[in-house]
Amino acid sequence: MSLKRAFRVWQRNFTVYTKLYKSSLVLNFIDPILYLAALGLGLGAFIKEINGTPYIKFIAPGIIASSAMFAAIYECSYGTYVRMHYQKTFDAILSTPVNIHELIAGELLWGATKSMLYGITIIIVITLFGFVDSYMILLLIPVLFLCGLIFAQIAVISVAVVPGIDSFNYFYTLFITPMFLFSGIFFPLDALPLVVSDIAFFTPLYHLVNIARAFAFGDFSVINDILWMLIVVVILAPLPFKLMKRRIII
Amino acid sequence: MQYCEYPSFRLHFCETKKVNVRLNVIIKPMILVSAKGLVKDYGSFRAVDSVEFEILRGECFGFLGPNGAGKTSVMRMIHCFMPPTYGEIKVFGLNVFKDSSLIKSKIGVMPQDDNLDIDLSVFENLIVYARYFDISKKISSPKAWQLLEFVDLRDKANINISKLSGGMKRRLLLARALINNPELLILDEPTVGLDPHSRHDIWKSLDELKSKGITLILTTHYMEEAERICDRVAIMDAGKIMVIDSPLSLTEKHGGNLEHVYLKLTGRHLES
Repeated sequence: MSLKRAFRVWQRNFTVYTKLYKSSLVLNFIDPILYLAALGLGLGAFIKEINGTPYIKFIAPGIIASSAMFAAIYECSYGTYVRMHYQKTFDAILSTPVNIHELIAGELLWGATKSMLYGITIIIVITLFGFVDSYMILLLIPVLFLCGLIFAQIAVISVAVVPGIDSFNYFYTLFITPMFLFSGIFFPLDALPLVVSDIAFFTPLYHLVNIARAFAFGDFSVINDILWMLIVVVILAPLPFKLMKRRIII
Repeated sequence: MQYCEYPSFRLHFCETKKVNVRLNVIIKPMILVSAKGLVKDYGSFRAVDSVEFEILRGECFGFLGPNGAGKTSVMRMIHCFMPPTYGEIKVFGLNVFKDSSLIKSKIGVMPQDDNLDIDLSVFENLIVYARYFDISKKISSPKAWQLLEFVDLRDKANINISKLSGGMKRRLLLARALINNPELLILDEPTVGLDPHSRHDIWKSLDELKSKGITLILTTHYMEEAERICDRVAIMDAGKIMVIDSPLSLTEKHGGNLEHVYLKLTGRHLES
């Protein structure tokens, strides 16, 4: 596999993104700010504090994580599917020296990049609002890329197995939304039955929220969460390549 | 220059460039694509059934047959998109499994479906495509202008793909297939769905490419197209090649035009 050719695929997506970024970036801002305002201020008026932290400040780092997740998941589920099936961009790319593995690698790297970019925009916003205590939040940037890679892997695997674009509804309703709600963004999971946090342990967002919150408050005890990501990214690594090859090349 | 079929020619690879160029002239025509016992199965359906052919440098070779005859499957195996189920196919004497990137770097593909990048302009489509071949913008930019001139789309360079007509899109697909200066151009139904005027535009361009020595392989179900531009045609039906010959010789042997030949060989009409 040539990394250079994988980069060419990344570069194609980046070129298209730079043409459309104004509308997509603005939309991406609005969504998390709505959550922050509605839940942080609205619900925050009743809850006040969680573990000694004002509620809005408690959820703010989690919004970085969820924003990063949705960026990669959308990009590598709907985006990848449209490029593969409707626009036939993959057929065009595979007519060039780029092979299927390089193509998928480019898609995954682009998904991870988008996670990082969108995470950074939220970091900037919540820092301006004063919800970040420590410069250690900057350490979150490479973690966003790493976790973005896991989200991209999961999304590309979903593309490889769905029969049609409508089937993504199942993927979102049964997997992404529960992961979003029970990741510890809005409430600590330790108040719930143990089984909930046991399940959450197996989802990437839970670990990203832990890390984001710890870094935002100047805490460094997240080595286990980072290790979890490194192990999972390696375990998942062969799947998107194998499954997409089976899907595209008959 | 290591895609020669014959062992004796392999001697020349270690020769100097100068000698190589001279020998290249001598060894023409040579086999660019060869297939033996080629089979492609989709599940239990056999789309290509024990097909054999050899395509020579500089010729225009057509696969003629109705939809579903297996033409596109053969094309997709030639440009390394998918492997054969059984049999062997070599392009430039190279294995389509092991050397796909090298093979594809010397091939241009004009697909049947419009797979242009709808988010990019006409010009950007060419530049982005060139990047997959690792062609820098410094080189691809003048080349893109030259190709847009060739397909008469220069004044459309900065407009969006969605504003192009069907004929313009096909011409842009042709230009895109030429961005890497291919030795072999693969055209899958190059004029399908086009009006007669646009069809003639494409044929004119193909004539010009042929005169430059580029090898063309095309699929078509228009006998007029096959007669007009192909040096040799392979008549396909239900995944099999019935006969390979020049259109002229076929019509002489069987009488009438290619449509009659097709009817005689397969018992069916070509453009049905």
